Amino acid sequence: MSDSAKDEVSARANGATPGPAHSAPPTRALPGSGEVHRHILVAIVLNRPGVLNRVASLMRARNFNIESLSVSHTDQPDISRMTITLLGDDVAVEQVSKQLYRLIDVLKVQDFSGEPTVEHELALIKVRATDSNRAEIVKVAELYRARLVDIADGSVIVEASGSEAEVDAIVALLRSYGIKELVRTGTAVMARGSASIEEALKR
Amino acid sequence: MTITKGEPAQQPTAARQVKAAPTDLRRGHVPNDGTAGAAAIEQARSAMLRDTKPTKRSRIGADVVCEALLRQGVDVFFGYPGGVVLPLYDVLGDYPELRHVLVRHEQGGAHAADGYARVTGRVGVCLGTSGPGATNLVTGIGTALLDSIPMVAITGNVPGALIGKDAFQEIDINGITLPMTKHNYLVRNADDLPRVFAEAFHIARTGRPGPVHIDITKDALQQETAVQHPSPAEVIAGLPGFRPNFDGHPRQLKIAAAEIARAKRPMILAGHGVLHAEAWDDLRAFAEKTSIPVAWTLLGIGAMAEDHPLAYGFMGMHGWKHVNRAIQSADLLIAIGMRFDDRVTGNVRTYAPYARIVHVDIDPAEIGKNVAVEVPIVGDAGRVLRALTPMVDATPLGDRSEYLEQLAEWRAESEASSWHGSGAWREGVLTADFVVERIGELTNHAATYVADVGQNQMWLARYLGFRRPNSHVSSGGLGTMGFALPAAMGAALGQPDRETWAVIGDGGFQMTFQELMTLVQDRIPVKIALFDNKKLGMIRQWQEIFYAGNYHSAHLLGPDFAKLADAFGIPAFRACTPDEVDPAIEAAQAVDGPALIWFEIAETQNVFPMMPAGKGLSDLIEKWDGPEE
Ligand SMILES: Cc1ncc(C[n+]2csc(CCOP(=O)(O)OP(=O)(O)O)c2C)c(N)n1
Ligand SMILES: [Mg+2]
Repeated sequence: MSDSAKDEVSARANGATPGPAHSAPPTRALPGSGEVHRHILVAIVLNRPGVLNRVASLMRARNFNIESLSVSHTDQPDISRMTITLLGDDVAVEQVSKQLYRLIDVLKVQDFSGEPTVEHELALIKVRATDSNRAEIVKVAELYRARLVDIADGSVIVEASGSEAEVDAIVALLRSYGIKELVRTGTAVMARGSASIEEALKR
Repeated sequence: MTITKGEPAQQPTAARQVKAAPTDLRRGHVPNDGTAGAAAIEQARSAMLRDTKPTKRSRIGADVVCEALLRQGVDVFFGYPGGVVLPLYDVLGDYPELRHVLVRHEQGGAHAADGYARVTGRVGVCLGTSGPGATNLVTGIGTALLDSIPMVAITGNVPGALIGKDAFQEIDINGITLPMTKHNYLVRNADDLPRVFAEAFHIARTGRPGPVHIDITKDALQQETAVQHPSPAEVIAGLPGFRPNFDGHPRQLKIAAAEIARAKRPMILAGHGVLHAEAWDDLRAFAEKTSIPVAWTLLGIGAMAEDHPLAYGFMGMHGWKHVNRAIQSADLLIAIGMRFDDRVTGNVRTYAPYARIVHVDIDPAEIGKNVAVEVPIVGDAGRVLRALTPMVDATPLGDRSEYLEQLAEWRAESEASSWHGSGAWREGVLTADFVVERIGELTNHAATYVADVGQNQMWLARYLGFRRPNSHVSSGGLGTMGFALPAAMGAALGQPDRETWAVIGDGGFQMTFQELMTLVQDRIPVKIALFDNKKLGMIRQWQEIFYAGNYHSAHLLGPDFAKLADAFGIPAFRACTPDEVDPAIEAAQAVDGPALIWFEIAETQNVFPMMPAGKGLSDLIEKWDGPEE
């Protein structure tokens, strides 16, 4: 705001002493850029009963738009790791981490988006197969560094792993043969380099 | 004045005596020696001791609970028995220092613990049995959560082996309280009780306060245990995920100081956090050094004495017009321990359009949640103010004279244009604002005042003239009708040296008036100001203004409140005209014990100004003569 605009402020306060008709009060920006992106959050949590419930309940109650949530052990028996992928703008995602921090069982939260990471997920895809196209399916799988882990009369199971986009791609390709069943683990993510989120203490 | 005096059953002979003199040292919440109340309590206590087991017995989970409460400095708690908590009631008699108040409904117990916590700053404790006892506590726990009240709510649950079997009075109360507590526990083993209780109290009162719920299986209360209570250091070490930040970042403080130095129209917005942090002196010192006026939220009332020259007033939906106007024209808002709730901002897009914002809060999640702020400071209100004050330049009042004069002018105008200022009471109409003002005057503004919810709550907030921190108790966040009477019960026990007044609408009163009997049995001297407009007044007001006068379900039949009070043994007084108000208040004050005043107030008085939901602070409705054509 320019100085002259500032001087107007007192004059125009609440329409008490109306200022120039052309100067409507500015509108206050809402928090956040409004640009929605996919974010990956990792939360290191104490492995206490109900901790998954607490996190899930918070996400629901606060109206956060989560895509996937997975929990796994770490190498420390009393500590678990949650990987949360969600859609939101910068402020919404920051709110998620701040709200997660309020949970007593949460030790550390980190937004991995934009950081150099290794990102992988695993998919099992049960595909219709006949004697005539089985070899073709094997080839497609090989192309994507996937492999056949089960072969049965009329179907095969393909095990694929890689980034979410890579898995999307092979799933799309296999769709033309007919997918009978599909399971994906959701993304597991780890930062490159020697730093460890488990070793970093809570802020 | 129509006076209806009940002849209370347990009323001591001294009942009609004039109010206890200040020298009358009521120790804690215990009634005076020699009174019938003291005798009744003594009798009940010795009966309890006789009925309970001999002292030579082993230590069980229930003992751990009592020990833990005593270690945490709890002197009174509010509970209601039931099957699974009977092991606890079985040992309570062995802990005579621990006063248990038997409420009439668990919701009352939770609100009483809440009221106790609000006036003392200490952790309030309530107790219920499993199933319905636990669900009855839920409204009180939710009320405490939304207002950040330190509370420990204890429930019993069915024996561990029966959990998950839909046993009698089993409910997943942990699942229910999970989203409405700061933290909660299910304890199935007595050995865990010392740690869990120590953690619960630490969590409830540390950082941003809040309710913690402990659910204990019946067998955990009965098991023997030798586990000792942890030290404070052990508690902290055992909670690696709970490390609130108390000190504002020095760089942010510097930026805030620079903002303050630049501002021409700064305003301090004081919230509940100032009271939680016991930072009222720091706030005053900061305001005085900088000559910045102070406005407050509903729960920030009392953070600054209202007769202080820099105290500007109550903001928000039913706040003063001059205050909202000043916020809308401010160039800097220094928000301390408040959270820009929608009742405070209205439509955020039009909120304080010219202001930059410094936001101090102990909860990082509050910063940037509702409004974008220029200077975020995470920290305890007191510590931040104490660090910031030396960093800002002293600005004498004279340097802001133009600004402050304009504020004074706005204030004079808005105070004169409210119903209060225009003085409908002078024409013999008993208006609520008049009653509130008289209560303030006749109690010297020194009592504790507890609001219910609705118009009565807003009248109290606007017109009483609060002078003291923690003298105003109100359910702000959840807006729980029925809150005032039980909360006043807890407040009176927490601050026994102050008079405690509950201001309650006829609707809210009919939600929890069963606690009148608790007041009598436990001799808790709450003065009840019943604002009877024979309406759900706030509902009626909204229907009048936003629903074209379609008053469905706004008319509320009430009983003869004097007879009702009489049936409980509580003296009742009635006032229907302005000149009956003072005598009624004085008569109630003269009662040694609880008393009720039935104010039959104007039936259709509205609270103005009012900001329509979704609109902005500049869109206040100041009076209503029907919709504009
Ligand atoms: C438990 C609960 N139910 C409903 C409401 C909605 N409500 C808010 S104010 C109000 C009317 C209150 O009437 P009364 O207690 O007589 O107070 P008045 O507004 O007349 O002073 C109602 C129903 C509420 N706040 N709490
Ligand atoms: Mg009413």
